[in-house]
Amino acid sequence: MSNTPATRDYGRPFRANWLARSGWLIALLYTLYAANLLDISWERFIVGLDNGAKFLGEMVPPNFSRWKLLIENLIETIEIAIIASAFGVLFSLPVGLFAARNLMPGWITWPFRTFIALCRSFHPVIFAILFVKAVGFGPLAGILTLIFASIGFIGKLFAEAVEEISLKPVEALRATGAPFMSVIIYGVLPQVLNRFIGFSSYQLDANLRNSTMVGIVGAGGIGGTLFSAFQRFDYDFLAAILISIIALVMVSEYISAQVKKVFQ
Amino acid sequence: MSQERIWQRFTFAERLSRFAVFLGFAVALSVSLRTVEIIPEFLLDAPTQIADLLKRMWPMDLAYYPEGIHHAMMETLHIASLGTLLCIILAVPVGILGANNIVRQPLLNWLSKLILVSSRSVNTLVWALLFVAVFGPGALAGTICIAFRSVGFVGKLFAEALEESDPGPIEALQASGAPWLSIFLKGYWPQVAPAFWGIFLFRWDINVRESAVIGLVGAGGIGMVLDTSLNLFFWDRVSVILLSIFTVVILAELLVTAIRKRII
Repeated sequence: MSNTPATRDYGRPFRANWLARSGWLIALLYTLYAANLLDISWERFIVGLDNGAKFLGEMVPPNFSRWKLLIENLIETIEIAIIASAFGVLFSLPVGLFAARNLMPGWITWPFRTFIALCRSFHPVIFAILFVKAVGFGPLAGILTLIFASIGFIGKLFAEAVEEISLKPVEALRATGAPFMSVIIYGVLPQVLNRFIGFSSYQLDANLRNSTMVGIVGAGGIGGTLFSAFQRFDYDFLAAILISIIALVMVSEYISAQVKKVFQ
Repeated sequence: MSQERIWQRFTFAERLSRFAVFLGFAVALSVSLRTVEIIPEFLLDAPTQIADLLKRMWPMDLAYYPEGIHHAMMETLHIASLGTLLCIILAVPVGILGANNIVRQPLLNWLSKLILVSSRSVNTLVWALLFVAVFGPGALAGTICIAFRSVGFVGKLFAEALEESDPGPIEALQASGAPWLSIFLKGYWPQVAPAFWGIFLFRWDINVRESAVIGLVGAGGIGMVLDTSLNLFFWDRVSVILLSIFTVVILAELLVTAIRKRII
């Protein structure tokens, strides 16, 4: 025994992680419990699959014969997204600045932070419903909806970006007696502008995606046509709409990737 | 002697491309503003309409919460959780297919990317419409809609995490002749697990928000109650529903932040 080389006992290299295993078990049990509660059963799923096959069958040759309507709607969707992004970005700049806790006193930041939280926590569709009631059907409701959604998203990220800046330039400017606006323009904005442009181009993307949806509740864009195609069981036209939405989103992702490259 | 050098931060090409981006956006914006169909009277009328809306929402019908909302709210939470769990099952294989350091087949990478982009570019509400058509109204459609919608997000981030993992341990496992599953479970998984759970929690938070609205098209949860109240003009109930959605969303966000702090 003594002439064998001494091997240190490292223990088992891949020890069983009982904590993780019990976590997976709990997830499994929860799945069964919740599925039971929601009345989700295997039979319903199978019946649904049959339905789904029929549904897909009816979609299969996508019907692009009404391409004029399609293009018109797509253009309206793009317009909603562009206008909403422009105004959303414009408004979220001051909102984000006022919500940054390192520049503003508490009594200014908290109302703005609450406003941002309010904009963020409701899904755009809920805003869309309220705006459709307030300003009637049409793209205006969609634009207002997406402006609020943009303020919620960019405002939050922008406030966080401002909170991370170095305060030295700000202090230096203040020490020279620069007025408030100059402190913002020369001390704060140069540090965060690149990130702000990044968020904005992302938000343009997100708005484009969401503007395909706000139409479902009557707020303009391609969503309305999509919804009525659904209700008329016009599934081949529906397939055409879905394909063009996916294509539009892919194109916009490509463009925003190019724009990001420009600003790096 | 006095040859002045003018220092510039960006090259001519950079400035030109930046200018092109701004110009392009400005042109798109002005074209959109000119052609989008906005009825100015509706915009001017908006403040009175919104004031009217708020007046109808107040006082809230709080007594409605226990009888009509609570059950639907629980259903919404179950849809969100179950949908997120189901999404894991779908997203892990797609994510692995998309990671170009694991699957070295550009065609399969591309296929995975196509699945992920389609999942992300079709909006939650549109997914909900599709699955309501397939499975009929109810929580089953909602759960599957949430799962399909989340695949794009979770799968993309999971694939990126896999691509960033350190090849050292994987090479060691390969050298020892470990089978593929062991390489994945003991080489890749421990490296990406924290990122994965972070993504999972983040998506759950988003899904709570989204599952609150998919009921508007019949996919179960609180959205169905909201839809009924909106159609019957019970604005005092609508405000209670909105308040409860807001509360649940904020609580979910606080919970996720607390868990993230502990595990990451």
